[in-house]
Amino acid sequence: MNWTAIWVTCKLASLTSLALLIIGLPIAYWLTYSKWRWKFLIESIVALPLVLPPTVLGFYILIAIGPHSPIGRFYTDLVGHPLPFSFQGLLLASILYSLPFAVQPFATAFEQVDRKLIEASWTLGLSKLKTFFKLIMPLSTAGLITGMVLSFAHTLGEFGVVLMVGGNIEGVTRTVSIEIYDDVQALNYVAAAKTSALLLLVSYAVLLLVYAMNRRVWSVWPQK
Amino acid sequence: MKRLLLWLSLFVMISTDIARAEEITIAAASDLNFAFKELVSEYETASGNQVKLTFGSSGNFFAQIQNGAPFDLYFSADISYPKKLEEAGLIVPGSLYRYAIGRIVLWTRHESPIDVTQGIAALRQSSAKTIAIANPRHAPYGRAAITAMEHFKVYDDVKDRLVLGENVSQAAQFVESGAADVGIIALSLALAPAMNTKGTYWEIPTEAHPPLEQGAVIVKASKRANSAKQFLEFVKSRQGVAIMKRYGFAAPESR
Repeated sequence: MNWTAIWVTCKLASLTSLALLIIGLPIAYWLTYSKWRWKFLIESIVALPLVLPPTVLGFYILIAIGPHSPIGRFYTDLVGHPLPFSFQGLLLASILYSLPFAVQPFATAFEQVDRKLIEASWTLGLSKLKTFFKLIMPLSTAGLITGMVLSFAHTLGEFGVVLMVGGNIEGVTRTVSIEIYDDVQALNYVAAAKTSALLLLVSYAVLLLVYAMNRRVWSVWPQK
Repeated sequence: MKRLLLWLSLFVMISTDIARAEEITIAAASDLNFAFKELVSEYETASGNQVKLTFGSSGNFFAQIQNGAPFDLYFSADISYPKKLEEAGLIVPGSLYRYAIGRIVLWTRHESPIDVTQGIAALRQSSAKTIAIANPRHAPYGRAAITAMEHFKVYDDVKDRLVLGENVSQAAQFVESGAADVGIIALSLALAPAMNTKGTYWEIPTEAHPPLEQGAVIVKASKRANSAKQFLEFVKSRQGVAIMKRYGFAAPESR
C-alpha cells in the first residue's frame, strides 16, 4: 500500500471539506433564506458539478489557472510557481468539484430549522449573525457533518478532475484513485486490489456515518 | 463538532511538508514503465537522490509542461515533442538527448488462439475481435501501430476492432488481462517479466513505421537542474544503457 498517496488524498479531502465548511455556510444560508426571484440561477450553478463531466470542469479549471490566463499569471507572480499541477491547484479544483456535496446538505439542514424559533430569536434582540451561530448552526449539526463527510468522501474518489489538473505527481498530486489507475497499468494488480479495498471500506464507513447520524436527527425530533 | 474541527486542523498541521533530500520529478513515457523502475532504483542507490516517477502518454506530458507542470525531466517516446519544447524555449539549452529507439510488437496471451508468429496478418483472424493500441492522438506508440498496420495494408480491415488505451501501458494491460484479444504494444513492455511470462510477441519490422526516436530534456523551470543532469548522465552511462538494452531499447548510436 502506498502511504504517500493515501496521505496526499487524506490531506486533500480534509482541507477540501474544511474549506467547504467556511465557503459553504454563507452560500447555503443565502440559498435558504434569500427571497430573490432569480435565486434558482445560483442554485443551478452550485449544483453544476453534480452533472458536469469532471473532464469539462478539469479543462476549464486548467485553462482558468494556467499560465496564459490573468489569474494564472497573477498567482505565478505572487507565489513563484504556477497553480496547475500543484497541491494548491488541486485543492481549488476539489473545492469547486465538491461544492454541492457540502452546500446542499447545509441548506437542507437550515431549511429544517423552525422559522418561528429564528423569528423569536430576532424579536429577542439577537442579531442575524448571533442567531445563526447560536440557533441555526447548533440545530443543523447533523446536516453540517453530513455535508463535510460527503464532500470528504467525494474528494477521496475524485479522478477525472485530478488527472486533468493534478498531473499525477508523487507526494504532491497523486491521489489514491490515480494510484490505482497507475498500478493497473503497471500490472500490479495486488497493489491495486489493496488500495481499492481500502477505498471501498472508507466509502462504506462514510455512508454508515451519514445514515446513522441522520437517523439520530429523526429520533430527536420525531414529530417532523 | 468542535472536536471534529480540532482533529481536522491538527491533521492539517502535521501534514505540512517535511524537508527531504534532493528529489527530482520525472515525466516518463509509459513504455518506460518497467525499465525505468529498475533504472531509477539503481540511480537512487548510486546517487542518494530520490526520484519521483510519473508515467503517462508523451503528448499529455507535452501539454502539461507547456502549462507549467513542475517536472524536472521529460522522457518522451517521440522526440518531436521535446524538440517543440526546445523551440518554445522551455528546456535547458543543450539538454535534448536522444536516449533510445523504441520498437513495437504484436502481443497476445499464451492461451490465445491467435498465432502472432505469423506476423501482422494474425490481426485478420476472426478470433482477434478486439485489438488494443495506444491512443494515436497523443501516444507515439499508437501512431506507430497505425502506420505499421497501414504499411502491411491491414488497417482498413481491422480499424473497427481497435480499442484505444490512454497510453501504451494501458493498451498492454488490456491484452495482458485478456480484455483485448491482441495488442500492438512497446517491446519494452513485452519484455517486462510481468508480461513476458504470460504471452508471446512478434517484433514488427522497423521498416513498417518511422523510427520511434525517443528524446529526453531537462525542463527549463526545473529548480534541480543539476540533479536532473546527473540522472541524464546515468541514463547515458554503461550501466544505464545496459538496463535499457535489456528492455529492448536499442542504444541511439547503434542503429
